Amino acid sequence: MAQLKASLRPAPAPPPTPIPVTLNVNGVERTLHLAPWTTLLDALRLHLDLTGTKKGCDHGQCGACTVLVDGRRINSCLTLAAMQDGRKVTTIEGLTTGDALHPLQEAFIEHDAFQCGYCTPGQICSAAGLIAEGKASTDDEIRELMSGNLCRCGAYPNIVAAIRQAMATAAPKAEGAP
Amino acid sequence: MRSFTYARAASAADAVGRAGASGTAFVAGGTNLLDLMKADVLRPEGLVDISRLPLDRIEETAEGGLRLGALARNADTAYDERVQTRYPMLSKAILAGASAQLRNMATNGGNLLQRTRCYYFYDTATPCNKREPGSGCGAIGGVNRIHAILGASDRCIAVHPSDLCVALAALDAVVQVTGPDGERSIPFADFHRLPGDRPEIDTVLRPGDLVTAIDLPAKGFAEHSTYLKIRDRASYAFALVSVAAGLELDGGTVRDARLALGGVAHKPWRDPEAEAALVGKPATPDRFRAAARVLLRDAKGHEHNSFKIELAERAIVRALTEAAERKGAPRP
Repeated sequence: MAQLKASLRPAPAPPPTPIPVTLNVNGVERTLHLAPWTTLLDALRLHLDLTGTKKGCDHGQCGACTVLVDGRRINSCLTLAAMQDGRKVTTIEGLTTGDALHPLQEAFIEHDAFQCGYCTPGQICSAAGLIAEGKASTDDEIRELMSGNLCRCGAYPNIVAAIRQAMATAAPKAEGAP
Repeated sequence: MRSFTYARAASAADAVGRAGASGTAFVAGGTNLLDLMKADVLRPEGLVDISRLPLDRIEETAEGGLRLGALARNADTAYDERVQTRYPMLSKAILAGASAQLRNMATNGGNLLQRTRCYYFYDTATPCNKREPGSGCGAIGGVNRIHAILGASDRCIAVHPSDLCVALAALDAVVQVTGPDGERSIPFADFHRLPGDRPEIDTVLRPGDLVTAIDLPAKGFAEHSTYLKIRDRASYAFALVSVAAGLELDGGTVRDARLALGGVAHKPWRDPEAEAALVGKPATPDRFRAAARVLLRDAKGHEHNSFKIELAERAIVRALTEAAERKGAPRP
């Protein structure tokens, strides 16, 4: 019991030992020295100034922080940057090619698939992951496989329409390609 | 989050060795652990990252079953062709849980070890015997809509939140573990505990134990099985009640039956007497209802969750009826 009680006390704060972390972010190799508790989301926003990826709930419930790691969509708020060392991260900033918007970005504009826009980077990265996974073909399947991305403005019908359009035009992509 | 140290394990043996230090936790997918650390519910002093250990394969076993690596991602497991074909109820259960992003991160071993989503466990301003032994239970006499109707104690009425585990219980999976005392196999029914007077302990794992794999026996009830999940919204919510059902039929007669419930207890709930009540009987809703009543004979509701008792009965009848009527091909 004494041991259990001890484990509930606040841990003594050791001085942060920065961990070297190398990430390939949107095609550019970046090496950072981070405290162990730095999430991938905070590394992107606070250390790399890539603020396109949003912090919504910070608990994996809203999907605003969705990015692609090695081509797969994940919640960047629920992983440590150190755990992703050496991996390839694609954020909303990395989806564009030069000045040309990604087909999903075009479709979101065309279908008015956002109002305030806060969830949009996460929605688009998640949709890019969904298209690469290739498991959705109907609207119901899009809704089910996008359920990890909340939109409090309620733009869902237009988000589904935008994804359906981008899906129809997307050529099958190799794994790892957003 | 509070500060902690981070180290990457070089091997399973290295991980087990490092876990000897008190206050150390393994991290793999991190989806539940980091969330609980942000909520200040868990306060490990050191994390040992096991996510790159070579335990992510799904392989055939000599007995004709499948070995699911502890570090295989939930999504990779659910979409594995062998799992979809031979264990459709498992695939369906995994895809009923969490979101696509979380399933891409969460591992099979971590899914087994996720903690309850009881509001009081998460809220450090309230008492909780699971979070702080001896402090009391906020759910008993509090808001308890999502809580247990079976196997609870006067210390804790939390439920285990997993979908995957409900199917693993129905399938008689076996958990492979390595630890300071060597390797051992734990039948799934024995892996999770009931709360009793030690609700802070969820499983029979000992300090330093590392889950390495989950073995599925050859029998997958692929012909007649399903996973039915009842929840407050259509997707991305924990189960109020869920049912993993598998039948082996000979014409219209039940030869073998498996029935496991989620959302009703501190562990996936199986009842041999309820399954025995199905065997040798016709596969009809009347018989399914009789078995459901056996399973629920000791069910006890609290102020807000008594609805779960009838909900569970209806869900069992519906799941068994679906399993009997059509092949349990996964609907992705």
